[in-house]
Amino acid sequence: MQQSEILIVGGGLVGAAIAYGAASAGASVTLLDQGDIAHRASRGNFGLVWVQSKGDGFPAYARWSRDAAAHWPRLARDLLELTGVDVALENAGGFWIGFSEAEIEARGAMLAGISKATGGTPYEVLDRRELKARLPAIGPKVAGGTFCPLDGQANPLMTLHALHAGLKKRGARIVSGVDIATVAHRGGNGEFEAASKDGRTWRAARIVLAAGLSNRELAPQVGLHAPVSPSRGQVLITERLKPFLPYPTNKARQTHEGTVQLGSSTEDVGLDDSTTVPAIETLARRGIATFPVLSDARLVRAWGALRVMTPDGSPIYQESSSHPGAFVATSHSGVSLAAAHAYVLGPWMAGFAKEPDGFAEFAGERYLDPSRSFSNAH
Amino acid sequence: MHTDIAPARPALFASDEDPGFDAVRIQFEDRTLCVRGGTTVAAALLLHGAGPFRTTPVKSSARAPYCMMGVCFECLVEIDGKASRQACLAMVRDGMVIKRQHGASALDLCREGERHGC
Repeated sequence: MQQSEILIVGGGLVGAAIAYGAASAGASVTLLDQGDIAHRASRGNFGLVWVQSKGDGFPAYARWSRDAAAHWPRLARDLLELTGVDVALENAGGFWIGFSEAEIEARGAMLAGISKATGGTPYEVLDRRELKARLPAIGPKVAGGTFCPLDGQANPLMTLHALHAGLKKRGARIVSGVDIATVAHRGGNGEFEAASKDGRTWRAARIVLAAGLSNRELAPQVGLHAPVSPSRGQVLITERLKPFLPYPTNKARQTHEGTVQLGSSTEDVGLDDSTTVPAIETLARRGIATFPVLSDARLVRAWGALRVMTPDGSPIYQESSSHPGAFVATSHSGVSLAAAHAYVLGPWMAGFAKEPDGFAEFAGERYLDPSRSFSNAH
Repeated sequence: MHTDIAPARPALFASDEDPGFDAVRIQFEDRTLCVRGGTTVAAALLLHGAGPFRTTPVKSSARAPYCMMGVCFECLVEIDGKASRQACLAMVRDGMVIKRQHGASALDLCREGERHGC
């Protein structure tokens, strides 16, 4: 049995960011990472730092996404200074691309609503000519789009690597290959205990459940509710190409190294993270309709990954009321929200800051309200 | 920032077989090579001391074939004007023009008859 001040269950982007923030604030942190059998949503992430359209009908989430993007430059800078790892953050804005006037009109109305509800989130609605002036590679079927200057992109694998490297520099303990089966409060000494399937245990005064899809089973053990389910996304990857796409878009982004990623599907297929021909065909056709020059590009890879999806697509952040000191954090936006997870959730969950204002809205019990219905289409 | 690549060097591999009656002529950079028909571009170039086939997109370091079976993408060359072809998967053809692949492929934003971005 090993002790520290705070245990983080889950070493993906969400858990590692919270752990990094907690350790940077001065906490003694132990991060329990599952290892190779994990579903590892963080390894399949598309890499957008995305603000526009997040939190339609949920202003607290819209504000949270907007403010999270504003924290990102600090995170990228801190990680570079501390670890030497460049996470390739670009935050000059991003485009959503539409194929019909009706689609663009609906999109504009939604962004107007979000901007009003959040007290101002900048965006532009662009007709075809305006979009073409800024993204010359768009094809003839593109009808227009929207732009948000707060959007951006980062390399998800380098971000995860940098967070883990940063944790080690901050003196945190990272334990790999840990499959946590149970979490419990040990009343006598007021500590939480996490036990692995192979019988090892860890104890701390605080515990954070950031275990992706496993939060569904772990959260109820400490009085929390996190009804997450898998949503498969498939992604297509081209060979490295000379730069042609200066901004990320909702349908494609070009990485720092030249690779173009085409994404993504949204499928309800349980824990199956394989790829399928129909989804790949759809992504390729849509990619070429968006940017016809890609018809010359060679594809080198495809993958499927499982988003950790809540019923309304918005995060759950909560301290247990029945087991104070136990927290749950779950979101499918591990890259977009990484900096807020580090600098806001980390100090809060480690006990250095009070619960952020308005966070009651992120409690998992909202899904138990019979008068509300939820959709996570995105 | 292209790495300097020496134009010719002794071949790492040799073949006892004469190119024979099915020989084809291919061009590699400024050299014309007489190679055996029915072989891959990668094999033909390795037998003729081609040296590095390409430079990498990010750091411009030199690369040559590694897996010879279509997996590693280290053997990329430009073949008849098409960028980033896998030399280990392309068969030699008489008159084929092959060049080293320097860095990433460029997408042609100004193709004739289409106005992608011009």
